[in-house]
Amino acid sequence: MGLFSSGFSGRRRPDTPGLPPGQYLTESFPVLSAGPTPRVTHEEWQFTIETEDGLQHRWSWDELMALPIADVTTDIHCVTSWSKFGTGWRGVSLDTLFDGIETSAGFTMAYSYGGYTTNVPLADLMGGKAWVAFEFDGKPLEPEHGGPARLLVPHLYFWKSAKWVRGIRMMENDEPGFWEQNGYHMYGDPWREQRYW
Amino acid sequence: MTWAPGRITEAWTETPGTRSLVIDIPHWPGHIAGQHVDVRLTAEDGYTAVRSYSIASSSTSKRLEITVDKLADGEVSPYLVDVAEVGDMVEIRGPAGGWFIWRQHAGARAGDGENMRPVQLIGGGSGIVPLMSMIRSHGDAHSAAPFRLLYSVRTPERALFRDELVRRAAEDAPLEVTWNFSRATPAGWPTPPERLDREHVMASVFAPAERAAVYVCGSTPFVETVANWLVDAGYDAADIKTERFGGVVPA
Ligand SMILES: Cc1cc2nc3c(=O)[nH]c(=O)nc-3n(C[C@H](O)[C@H](O)[C@H](O)COP(=O)(O)OP(=O)(O)OC[C@H]3O[C@@H](n4cnc5c(N)ncnc54)[C@H](O)[C@@H]3O)c2cc1C
Repeated sequence: MGLFSSGFSGRRRPDTPGLPPGQYLTESFPVLSAGPTPRVTHEEWQFTIETEDGLQHRWSWDELMALPIADVTTDIHCVTSWSKFGTGWRGVSLDTLFDGIETSAGFTMAYSYGGYTTNVPLADLMGGKAWVAFEFDGKPLEPEHGGPARLLVPHLYFWKSAKWVRGIRMMENDEPGFWEQNGYHMYGDPWREQRYW
Repeated sequence: MTWAPGRITEAWTETPGTRSLVIDIPHWPGHIAGQHVDVRLTAEDGYTAVRSYSIASSSTSKRLEITVDKLADGEVSPYLVDVAEVGDMVEIRGPAGGWFIWRQHAGARAGDGENMRPVQLIGGGSGIVPLMSMIRSHGDAHSAAPFRLLYSVRTPERALFRDELVRRAAEDAPLEVTWNFSRATPAGWPTPPERLDREHVMASVFAPAERAAVYVCGSTPFVETVANWLVDAGYDAADIKTERFGGVVPA
């Protein structure tokens, strides 16, 4: 429990179950990214999963669209303290993409157009917990929010949901991605407030 | 990183609707120019609200100073600007952020050689705050690295740190400051007010070939727009660091 700030009453929403500690609810969709927004066309877009033995599995945009597509409604939590409830997405489950891929590595590095990277344990991408998402709120995902496609791993802080995702590389050991090298937590569980080191 | 109790020891109005606060924290480690802190407020019943604020002070000082712009319908900023008083407590987590930063030294430590890379700062409104920390740090450390600031504000009355920027631009030889007034200009200003546009940005900034380290900060729409112009003009995206304060992305 915090220290009392005299004269602060806040704009409380009565009883917000589902809100992790230190988060506030927003209706808007703020943007956190480290640099300019990359612009990637569907024609040039590709998604690659690279295993520890160097094998590459690759999908074009059309190949991705031909896979089973999931509708996902989920809460999202950004490390800069906003949360948004009940956001609607469409995308392909990572279970589908990993189907038939042989790997014994336990960690992954997601990488993006524009050079962004973020590390996620493989277990957090499996079991209906992660998607390559290309629609938000019924519309194609806008570039500012990671379009054409972003990773969606909503049970972790949102910087783990790499925008402009281009691929996933399997790793034997957990290594820090971009924000993780710049002070953010290796895992990023909002319920345990794993924001910074 | 944990929460530390901070006492507001000084507070003053910068411009109507903005206020600077000095917060004293036991064992404050100092900061790198460009970093921010999280500020947590707690109501009597335990309800809390957290927001990020850039550190405004020079990294050569051990002072934690923030400058807050009031969003009229906001939850935290009106409290910090209008309600909090000297002597009040807030909680602070930080300093945070290892990306949107400028260091005087080319490496992470003092003595790593001087960082002489040209620096282009572009700020909109309260987005000047972390850039001001860089300018203050650059000046106070007598850095010789070429520094340019392009600062876009609506009116002269709303320009943060205006007198200090004018003074520093005069005293700190490697610093050049260019202004864009979008709604009203100071008396006798050579050009009429106009929205910041691509031409003005390109005319004011280092040429892409100079490979300046570029820092763009302001509301999300401001940052998106300016960063896109820079990339269109041939800037390498890898040279541009951005900090988005919030607000809605333009359609
Ligand atoms: C890394 C970082 C550094 C920051 N540094 C500073 C700083 O130095 N000085 C400063 O004044 N602010 C800074 N901000 C913004 C600050 O964290 C708050 O978002 C801001 O003060 C609004 O909070 P609030 O509680 O008053 O408004 P809220 O209750 O959060 O929001 C009120 C309404 O305003 C909208 N909104 C939120 N932020 C903005 C914005 N920037 N522009 C337009 N609309 C907005 C919201 O979507 C909402 O509709 C920074 C933000 C980040 C992420």
